[in-house]
Amino acid sequence: MEVYLDNSATTKVTDAVRDLMIKVLYEDYGNPSSMHMMGVIAERYLKESAQQIADCLKVDPKEIIFTSSGTEANNLALIGAAKAYHRRGRHIITTRIEHPSVHQPLLDLEENDYELDFIPVDNSGRIIKDKLYASIKADTILVSIMYVNNEIGAVQDIEEIAREIKSIKNDIIFHVDGIQAFGKYRIYPKRMGIDLLSISGHKIHGPKGSGALYVNDSIRIKPILFGGGHQRGLRSGTENVPAIAGLGQAAVELYKDFEPKIQRMYELKQSFIREVSKLEGVIINGLPKETTEDFEMDHIKMTAPHIISVSFKGVRSEVLLHALEERGVYVSAGSACSSHHPQPSKALIAIDIPKDLIDSTLRFSLSEMTTRKDLDYAIEQLRDILPKLRRYTRR
Amino acid sequence: MFRAFLIKYAEIGLKGNNRYIFENALRDRIAGVLNPLGTYNVRKEQGRVFVECPENYDYEETVEALQRVFGISSICPVVVIDDSDWDALTKGVGDYVDTMYPDKNITFKVMAKRADKNYPLTSPEICREMGAYLLKRFPELKVDVHQPELRLTVEVRTRVYVYSTDIPGPGGMPVGTNGKAMLLLSGGIDSPVAGYMIAKRGVSMAAVYFHAPPYTSERAKQKVVDLAKGISKYTGRMKLFVVNFTDIQLYIYDKCPHNELTIIMRRYMMRIAEKLAEEENCLGLVTGESIGQVASQTMHSLASTNEVCSMPVYRPLVAFDKKDIVDIAKNIDTYETSILPYEDCCTIFVAKHPVTKPNLKTIRNSERRLEEGIDDMVDMALKTVEIINID
Repeated sequence: MEVYLDNSATTKVTDAVRDLMIKVLYEDYGNPSSMHMMGVIAERYLKESAQQIADCLKVDPKEIIFTSSGTEANNLALIGAAKAYHRRGRHIITTRIEHPSVHQPLLDLEENDYELDFIPVDNSGRIIKDKLYASIKADTILVSIMYVNNEIGAVQDIEEIAREIKSIKNDIIFHVDGIQAFGKYRIYPKRMGIDLLSISGHKIHGPKGSGALYVNDSIRIKPILFGGGHQRGLRSGTENVPAIAGLGQAAVELYKDFEPKIQRMYELKQSFIREVSKLEGVIINGLPKETTEDFEMDHIKMTAPHIISVSFKGVRSEVLLHALEERGVYVSAGSACSSHHPQPSKALIAIDIPKDLIDSTLRFSLSEMTTRKDLDYAIEQLRDILPKLRRYTRR
Repeated sequence: MFRAFLIKYAEIGLKGNNRYIFENALRDRIAGVLNPLGTYNVRKEQGRVFVECPENYDYEETVEALQRVFGISSICPVVVIDDSDWDALTKGVGDYVDTMYPDKNITFKVMAKRADKNYPLTSPEICREMGAYLLKRFPELKVDVHQPELRLTVEVRTRVYVYSTDIPGPGGMPVGTNGKAMLLLSGGIDSPVAGYMIAKRGVSMAAVYFHAPPYTSERAKQKVVDLAKGISKYTGRMKLFVVNFTDIQLYIYDKCPHNELTIIMRRYMMRIAEKLAEEENCLGLVTGESIGQVASQTMHSLASTNEVCSMPVYRPLVAFDKKDIVDIAKNIDTYETSILPYEDCCTIFVAKHPVTKPNLKTIRNSERRLEEGIDDMVDMALKTVEIINID
């Protein structure tokens, strides 16, 4: 049996996405910039995808810029906005649990005389809002906060944060890394006060090599790639039409029958947590501190529906991962997204879990394709493997 | 300009009646490394190997490939001139000097070799006449027969070969002329270097890797496959045996004192490697061990791992410092792969304080505790070995 529980790393494309992409690759393969009919047909896919994503976000399709990845969308948002507004100020605020594709470009800005503040999080991974509000200064231009954390599934109160920071300083630009949240939450940037929102295709059953950045039409950003002036000069480079078409298609499918799907995922998450916590030496990370041993749905729902971070005392996560792999269960150790170099996980350190558990933590991540049978099988394997692995350890 | 290479070899020249075996092996290895690059003509000719290149060949790529062939002491890029008449020959040689050495204010010497003994001029005559021609054409040139800056060699065969530069080859002897050995390949820095060094003496290689899933990952195995590919650039194709070692390792963990785990584990690796080596008609084992580098490589530990096999164990790095091993690894392009951070099976259960001076009697006593199940496990490991052909 094969059970794929690494959907926060990447997902399988849907049949409709695959079919559409094949059609674009084989039949409608024109360059959208070409003047002839082939170009016009290709351009229609771009317009349609932009419209599909805009509809999901309730924004104007002109506010969507396609990128090659979530990473590029984050880079474009942060570097692009910092460059555009550097006269207004050079202070940027972010959190301690951001993905490297936010963290690294910000560190690069810091080297170029921007000033950074990192807001800490509590034990469940939610940022300490008072510290955020207190750190806003006269020259703060940009705040970047991830909606859903990729390692532990912690969710931030994006709407409340947007409202508060803008009431303190109304010209702050608010960037949200929505890569793990898009498709799991209804995100309406205009209503919620988000100025820049990054999304990625391959986390939502779209293709790898696709991403998008929403840029509120009242915000200016500078490009980070230069060339033929595609996408109003903000992102040069021939558009990856098949991937963009796939991204739009995936987004549409995702928000169809949305609420029941998410409810079902939460129910799976709850039952998985209940079952796994019955095993010996298991700690669930990232749940709100008021969570009881019964793991009530109210508390589960304060976290993302698809990410479950579990520490297994006395077991090395890498070994457990490979042991599960031998039985067809695929998961991540900490965060597998950035690279396969073993490095301590940022979010796990930030939520202050005991040091010896950091290297004993796995991430199980679900998708709408995950079934109860999948999770039952995974639990069964864990029940069998854990005692065996605990017998053999370094002494 | 160069359309051919003259390959010089060193030690092969010393071999008596077997010489043709070495020369054929060298020719075949050269043909082997050049084959993917294009249609080269590689042939033996009177104590030399000549490589004639196809049109539009890539000079750098060709030299690089030749520098991976053991047995080559140097590679001379040559200009080939058809032996039509003396005037055409002198003009051809003059043009060669003109292109290669734009600054003529240098000292030179002409050396002639005459394989074609029917040639109208003797070697000293060729030198004299050619020197005179060059001096006349390029008056700035000066003759120095003792330490010339330009040594111009003119070899007269069915055609005439002109060359003046020697690119160093790797030396050693052609792979396949000296039997076969089984390399214990771990994924670290040392073992690929050890394999390279033994292969350089003309030895064909097979390799064995001990895989311990789930403790070692698929990526750790891929890394070893990549390292084997790196070595095979020098050795040609080889077989990589992947032994599933998990059960044996856990059994030792269960039964033996923890601080002896590594040493006993290594003894079983040697035993299994020797069995595979026998099946593969190998004449020895090769390891990357170096005295004192880690606990399992002290003199005591080596004595202990050595005693379990009767086949010779070659340890070419035994007296090398780590730094020197790293230098070779970088040179042969295995270093970057070796330092990828995947755990190998020697480190997963390593004790905080492993024995550094294992006593042979104690170790043998500890091993007796394995008697009940170990033979079956070794048999199973041998039976389930995965063979990967590295090309």
